[in-house]
Amino acid sequence: MAGSNPNAKPMNLTLKVWRQKNRNSEGKIVDYQVKDISPDMSFLEMLDVLNEDLLHRGEEPVAFDHDCREGICGSCNLFINGRAHGPEKGTTTCQLHMRKFSDGDTITIEPWRANSFPVNKDLSVDRSAFDRIIQAGGYISINTGGTPDANEIPIPKEISDRAFEAATCIGCGACVAACKNASAMLFVSAKVSQLALLPQGHVERKSRVENMVAQMDKEGFGACTNIGSCAAECPVGISLENIAILNREFLAAKATSNNLS
Amino acid sequence: MFPDSKIPEGPIGEKWDKHKFDVKLVNPANKRKYDIIIVGTGLAGASAAASLAELGYNVKAFSFHDSPRRAHSIAAQGGINAAKNYQNDGDSVFRLFYDTVKGGDYRSREANVYRLAQVSVNIIDQCVAQGVPFAREYGGLLANRSFGGAQVSRTFYARGQTGQQLLLGAYSALSRQIAYGKVKMYTRSEMLDLVVVDGKARGIVTRNLITGDIETHAAHAVILATGGYGNVFYLSTNAKYCNVTAAWRAHKKGAFFANPCFTQIHPTCIPVSGDYQSKLTLMSESLRNDGRVWVPKEKSVAERLRKGEIRVADIKEADRDYFLERKYPAFGNLVPRDVASRNAKLMCDEGRGVGSTGLAVYLDFADSIKRNGADWVAAKYGNLFEMYEKITGENPYELPMRIYPAVHYTMGGLWVDYNLQTTVPGLYAAGECNFSDHGANRLGASALMQGLADGYFVIPYTIGDYLAKTPPTPVTTQDPAFAEAEAGVRARIDQLMSINGTRTPTEFHKALGHIMWEYCGMARSAEGLRHAKAEIQKLKREFWSDLKVVGVNADLNQTLESAGRVADFIELGELMVDDALDRNESCGGHFREEYQTPEGEALRNDDDYAYVAAWEYQGENQPEKLNKEELQFENVKLTQRSYK
Repeated sequence: MAGSNPNAKPMNLTLKVWRQKNRNSEGKIVDYQVKDISPDMSFLEMLDVLNEDLLHRGEEPVAFDHDCREGICGSCNLFINGRAHGPEKGTTTCQLHMRKFSDGDTITIEPWRANSFPVNKDLSVDRSAFDRIIQAGGYISINTGGTPDANEIPIPKEISDRAFEAATCIGCGACVAACKNASAMLFVSAKVSQLALLPQGHVERKSRVENMVAQMDKEGFGACTNIGSCAAECPVGISLENIAILNREFLAAKATSNNLS
Repeated sequence: MFPDSKIPEGPIGEKWDKHKFDVKLVNPANKRKYDIIIVGTGLAGASAAASLAELGYNVKAFSFHDSPRRAHSIAAQGGINAAKNYQNDGDSVFRLFYDTVKGGDYRSREANVYRLAQVSVNIIDQCVAQGVPFAREYGGLLANRSFGGAQVSRTFYARGQTGQQLLLGAYSALSRQIAYGKVKMYTRSEMLDLVVVDGKARGIVTRNLITGDIETHAAHAVILATGGYGNVFYLSTNAKYCNVTAAWRAHKKGAFFANPCFTQIHPTCIPVSGDYQSKLTLMSESLRNDGRVWVPKEKSVAERLRKGEIRVADIKEADRDYFLERKYPAFGNLVPRDVASRNAKLMCDEGRGVGSTGLAVYLDFADSIKRNGADWVAAKYGNLFEMYEKITGENPYELPMRIYPAVHYTMGGLWVDYNLQTTVPGLYAAGECNFSDHGANRLGASALMQGLADGYFVIPYTIGDYLAKTPPTPVTTQDPAFAEAEAGVRARIDQLMSINGTRTPTEFHKALGHIMWEYCGMARSAEGLRHAKAEIQKLKREFWSDLKVVGVNADLNQTLESAGRVADFIELGELMVDDALDRNESCGGHFREEYQTPEGEALRNDDDYAYVAAWEYQGENQPEKLNKEELQFENVKLTQRSYK
């Protein structure tokens, strides 16, 4: 079957792939050749081809995280030719297609590099630090039931839209991988802004930002030095403005804190 | 009559309230003495875990993902239905109930569907209170849109990412309970068996996907919220890891599997581009609000288009067939999914399909862009248009989208009674993994509604009734049934690792998917199904003699994970074929070629097939036993669905 571009020619590529047996072992780059790669393939489908080939040769396939393959679950996380999610702007690894590469290219594929994201195996990393940051305060403390009618509190569309933009973070970790300090500020600020913008989040806005920032520091993420690589490489376009909002929220909380701990 | 659906007595509008009063309650001080296992933390699982922990129960939640935020609920695009009637356009609980039963082609249980419609309004309140940023109007109130199969605007949405926002809401509630220590979260942990003690669900066996450790966990009750089985077709809009294993293991331990052949083929997906294709991507049904579906009127024109001799723009308006608008003037492009899918297939079967493969129809926004402007379209569907362009390399603002139906959702699943309890006492099923509310076809924007209804507002009530009758004594994994189940899991892994054949799990999975799509997909026939059954049995023998898995168990081993899931899919596939063969009628997503009206619409047989087919496992390689739950319709009149 031909794809949308029947004239596109298959490609042969050299892959330089990070292989690491487990968290405690050392890793290294290993070279592989892949042949007859269709430009209509997704990047992960190209890796599927490599893995089926390895399996047939009795070698262990390359472990990598992926799931929805439509850019929303945030599982996929490859560092391709030195860039988080590869060369195409605003794109997760799974939505990157091989038409962005050329026949004969050499492609280097590494896992996210950050102390707070230890490698599980090969290209799969442990991002549970993100979950622990959300557990520190990335929610509104209400129980199921007993909530007011959804239309009881009108929210200006502009505010709601901005909260939505911040809420679209997929938790992939590209911001950390792209940052020279391995800072998680963009991730944390996206959740802080979303909930600070909405009236429902106001009640806990002070303790939330303090607790989430404290957890971020505890996880060992680096400090933010306002370079902006995070936003530049974010596949869903989370804005740097969120970091400004976080800083403002954090200062206001510290200045007037009712968080006694 | 077995199985007993435990539908409460009384008028439909009073059943749920009456039932909530009749069920037993667990004393607040006793709740902390009960442990509940929840497998799967998507919409249904995360909402149930959070709600039960808030009530005071001890919850252990399991996900094979690295985080609950990755569950495939996150990919739902279009929206969530609720009978709020905020638009003053005639919606009501009864209308949502009616539309859902009708849309399901009268193969769902009235009482469950009515309850779903009732609690739908609470879901929206809950989500807004959590900080879910639904779309709003300039006045600050919530916006709605219409969706396939309905003539009112009752769908709440967050651009094309409603599932993401709802899942993150449930995930935030779950995270809060994890922080409080009321939920113990096990990530990268896959359930491989159910443990049954004295006829009751008592625990599970899991494999830690990073270390390969096999673990056992005990609880007073077990809830499965493990999603659907659409990946039995290999290519589907499901995420790659979606699988039937947890539900299938429970089935083999005594839980009936209901209506497995009811699968939904979604009309608006990006067509297959090559053999390497690993999954299919949905383009939200909401696009049909503003896009018009068409193919060339003439086969010869379609042929020239496919060969690249003419371009889309060369086809005059008069030479285009907007076939849904032509055949169904009342609903037009907004007919239910099964109708839209089948018609797209018909057009392609007639040789009028487009794209280089001929397996596609157009979804055209030119009129909408002309009428409203490209900015308006971008504001509404921007992310979907971007996704389409990334995948196909074509700009949908300039060229019509090419779409084709793909497997999307499975209405079948574990049989549950009104309490969402399976036929194994103490084992519950929530969300897509149960068969409950959608009959033979699910309406758009109803999956999110059902997952959250089950998790937030149904299970927290109904499970208390079971627990109140269960002594609050601590549970352990000491019973021999745990050791036995664990040994079975280890033996199976050893077997998968030791076959040393030549074919990979993916190759077997593709072969299965091909059989299922050809013979148990959009159109089915007795002859084709019999052929498929033989093919699947052959494939199963080959799988267990020629499978190739490398690496070791004590390690992250994605090939081993996949092998176990494919083995279960093969067995499920055979049951789906049996179920499709048994059902000598067409209804909803189940279209048997032998049973159609002269116009080619699905021809139901209410006299003989108005039942839920609940299949009972009888042992390895034994035919399963069919149990029938007769469906009673007291509030909805059974008619030939008409969307004309």
